[in-house]
Amino acid sequence: MDQTLFQYSLRMGDTTLILSHRLSEWTGHGPELEEDLAMTNVALDLLGQARMWLTLAGELEGASRDEDQLAYLRDAPQYRNYLLVERDNGHYGHTIARQFLFDAWHYLLLQGLCTSTNEHVAAIAEKSIKEVSYHARRSSDILVRLGDGTAESHARMQDAVNDAWRFCGELFIDDDITLALEGQGVVPAHASLWQPWLNHVALTLAEATLTMPDPDAAVHPAHTGGVYGRHTEALGYLLAEMQHLQRSYPGASW
Amino acid sequence: MNAIIQRPSVDQLMQWLAEVSDPEIPVLSIVDLGLVRHIAWDGDTCAVTITPTYSGCPAMQEISAGIRQVLSSHGIEHLLIRTSLSPAWTTDWMSQKGRDALLGYGIAPPAEKAIDISGLTRKKTAAVVACPLCGSSHTRAISHFGSTSCKALYRCQTCGEPFDYFKPH
Repeated sequence: MDQTLFQYSLRMGDTTLILSHRLSEWTGHGPELEEDLAMTNVALDLLGQARMWLTLAGELEGASRDEDQLAYLRDAPQYRNYLLVERDNGHYGHTIARQFLFDAWHYLLLQGLCTSTNEHVAAIAEKSIKEVSYHARRSSDILVRLGDGTAESHARMQDAVNDAWRFCGELFIDDDITLALEGQGVVPAHASLWQPWLNHVALTLAEATLTMPDPDAAVHPAHTGGVYGRHTEALGYLLAEMQHLQRSYPGASW
Repeated sequence: MNAIIQRPSVDQLMQWLAEVSDPEIPVLSIVDLGLVRHIAWDGDTCAVTITPTYSGCPAMQEISAGIRQVLSSHGIEHLLIRTSLSPAWTTDWMSQKGRDALLGYGIAPPAEKAIDISGLTRKKTAAVVACPLCGSSHTRAISHFGSTSCKALYRCQTCGEPFDYFKPH
């Protein structure tokens, strides 16, 4: 159980960490000051959540690795994040599409994790879901504003949703790890999140006057495997920047 | 001769902890913010349990340092600071004194109970947030994320001033 939950905590920790880093790349580059602040606030929340998950992972692993060692001293093939979150930021519409699709899944997953039979998992979820409720409201708001905006913003938003869509299916795939934990009441089956996610996404996209892509197109074997360490090339560049200091000056602290 | 160990009461410790303020909002003590969840003596060790506001809040480290400094200045030699995540911090734990202090400082205190986490909704009707400067209730949300994790950005339509709003959490 400990090793299974270790793997799951890594997935959650890596997913929140990588998305946090992606969002923090907008620091000083947001299209408006308010958006710059919002983006980096969300990044900060996700970083805090990543720390909680990676600390838990380190304890479960029992190999004396702490959150920093897990974050800074693993290479891409050891990372267990979902592929959606490592994608390049693209233009602002791409970032918002990724965030909107992710936030809805993240919220629904945390809702399930809040009633986890594992007290550590439940506590992290209980803490995180409040923050993620704000994230989800905001990304939905901006999606609607851009989708139901000018012809240009509408077209770009639609492109961005279509583009991110094929990476969403991976979030709902169950495997030995999620199924074993689901059997013990530790996590919900990821497949069980699909229908409520689809309902929310359909509703919000309609409000944004955007067309929902074909649900079947959300899953493609070529766009899965992040949780097994099979990543796109984007992750390597991200880690190179994120880990540079610790790699160049091992043990550096201040 | 055996030393007589004086263990200050929990009430006394709580009063001392009220000297520690949030580094980002100096008028707000960590007690009024509802961060101090438990104080107990374990032998001659004083155990203080605190809870983070937001999981990524960078002020937590400084708050722990503040607790160490204040209690040590009052003669507490052995201190253990524990962090607990559950139950999760909520603005419902903020004291009236804390709310008044925020208002006096120019930050609108939470206008409603803890954030509703029961469903994925785009909330259309939010509680009225009165302007902390002129008192007008004719205000507009600019962004739900502000200068720190705990604040949103508002603007008063009457006096025209932008202001911070301490978000319900």
